Amino acid sequence: MKAEGTMIKTEELQINIGPQHPSTHGVFRMLVTVDGETIVDLKPVFGYLHRNHEQIAEVNTYLQNMPYTDRLDYFNSMANNQAYAMAVEKLAEIEVPERAEYIRVIMVELTRILNHASALGFLINDMGAWQTPLAFGMREREKILDLFESTSGARLMCNYFRFGGVVRDLPPDFVPRLQSLLTGLPTFIDEFERMLRENEILRIRSEGIGVLPKEVAISYSVTGPVLRGSGIPYDIRKAEPYSIYDRFDFDVPIGTVGDVYDRFLVRIEEMRQSKRILEQALKQLPDAEGGHINPKARQNIRPPVGDAYTRIESPKGELGFYLVSDGGQTPYRYKVRAPSFINLTPLSDMCRGYKVADVVVILGSIDIVMGEVDR
Amino acid sequence: MFGELLKGLQTTLRYMFRPPVTVQYPDVKRPVRERFRGRHELKRFANGQERCIGCSLCSAACPADAILVVPAENNLEQPTSPGERYAATYEINMLRCIFCGYCEDACPTNAIVLEHQYELSFYDRQTSIYTKDMLLVPPDQGHGEIPPILTQLGDKRPSPPAQIDL
Repeated sequence: MKAEGTMIKTEELQINIGPQHPSTHGVFRMLVTVDGETIVDLKPVFGYLHRNHEQIAEVNTYLQNMPYTDRLDYFNSMANNQAYAMAVEKLAEIEVPERAEYIRVIMVELTRILNHASALGFLINDMGAWQTPLAFGMREREKILDLFESTSGARLMCNYFRFGGVVRDLPPDFVPRLQSLLTGLPTFIDEFERMLRENEILRIRSEGIGVLPKEVAISYSVTGPVLRGSGIPYDIRKAEPYSIYDRFDFDVPIGTVGDVYDRFLVRIEEMRQSKRILEQALKQLPDAEGGHINPKARQNIRPPVGDAYTRIESPKGELGFYLVSDGGQTPYRYKVRAPSFINLTPLSDMCRGYKVADVVVILGSIDIVMGEVDR
Repeated sequence: MFGELLKGLQTTLRYMFRPPVTVQYPDVKRPVRERFRGRHELKRFANGQERCIGCSLCSAACPADAILVVPAENNLEQPTSPGERYAATYEINMLRCIFCGYCEDACPTNAIVLEHQYELSFYDRQTSIYTKDMLLVPPDQGHGEIPPILTQLGDKRPSPPAQIDL
């Protein structure tokens, strides 16, 4: 440290990171004020991918909105479908058969594993471990996408859920294939965890970086792994069990400090817990007899006048759909509470005081998808 | 540090002797699953008549407004399809289509089926519009198989298939 007076005088400088930068996870711009290498202020600018999702939904019928929800967070189309289907089911008071509920849980938990595997791959990619860890994550994701393809007919835009069930029953070879996938999963998760825990560079890049204290996290109403990384055991599956989550035994992992490293570990642990839920769900899965997992799947519905809000624990946080019905074929109002968008708001607080190179890592640790942020 | 380097390379070496998980795409094509939703195909009956009766229910069910159907009256001596009408124009804009499968769900005669072709790319917007000639199964190539999953669903189908109040 040089004595005062001899230090080089620096000036604050405004620079743009994005919107067309590969590490901003989509068209996202950060207006960064830097003093040398240190972040003084950061202003997130988004809206480049705005495509009028909520307004379009007010023109389409309830059923026609289902494939549009796939395209919110295109990594977890199944979770989006579930949140929307639940909102309409609450509005129209539709019962979901037992088997359909289990199929839904299996699909959403697979989505969670898929999302965390690829999100962590991208996070390590952002830290500079170019491509290889991402390829590990993608390899695992591909196996799950193959299951989705054989069940729903599409890999990403599944459009599998319907009001009161799911569109088609599981294919006959689904359960054995899922079981063999679950057998191989712990090896992958352990290997992935070792990659960060035993790598000095990655630990230096992540420990103590992007700290989000508990109080700040709550005041920004952050949810999902980011909130749990800050040490608050809040999981909607436990706090307000929806669907059949009260029948499963699983833990809610939490972090201690709230830095990038904690968020990484929380996601790793969540994959293990999802595997536990999947194993229990497969054991309890009712037989296909009794037919009908989708009694009202094909019909256009007209829910009674009223409103409904449902929320689920999507892999990225609390995903909620608010619907107002005026008794017609189309929703009168349709609002999405997107976890990516709300988790992005404390970004400037998380980045202030760190270096420019850390911004990319912190952004990666929030795990955003711009399709959901901008809608 | 040297030990860690060797440890890392050990993983590399281990992976070198495993079979690759990737496929060399344009040369090797990964087969799609049975339920895959790809390009549409308009099917025929076994006697060569078109299944499509020009009812436009697919067009009504389409969330992306990608389908255009213009029906016309059948010539009674040589009917194109059973029933009164057939589709004189049937166009799908592949740039608008989101492959949700609602058209095949809505179809009362199983005429439109999302088949397994997925290589759809165009040089301009005009060529993205698939006309009836391109979509219809050629008469010399049989009548086109209907996937069993669709015929199973057909038994439980409410009639008429769309616009039913709860």
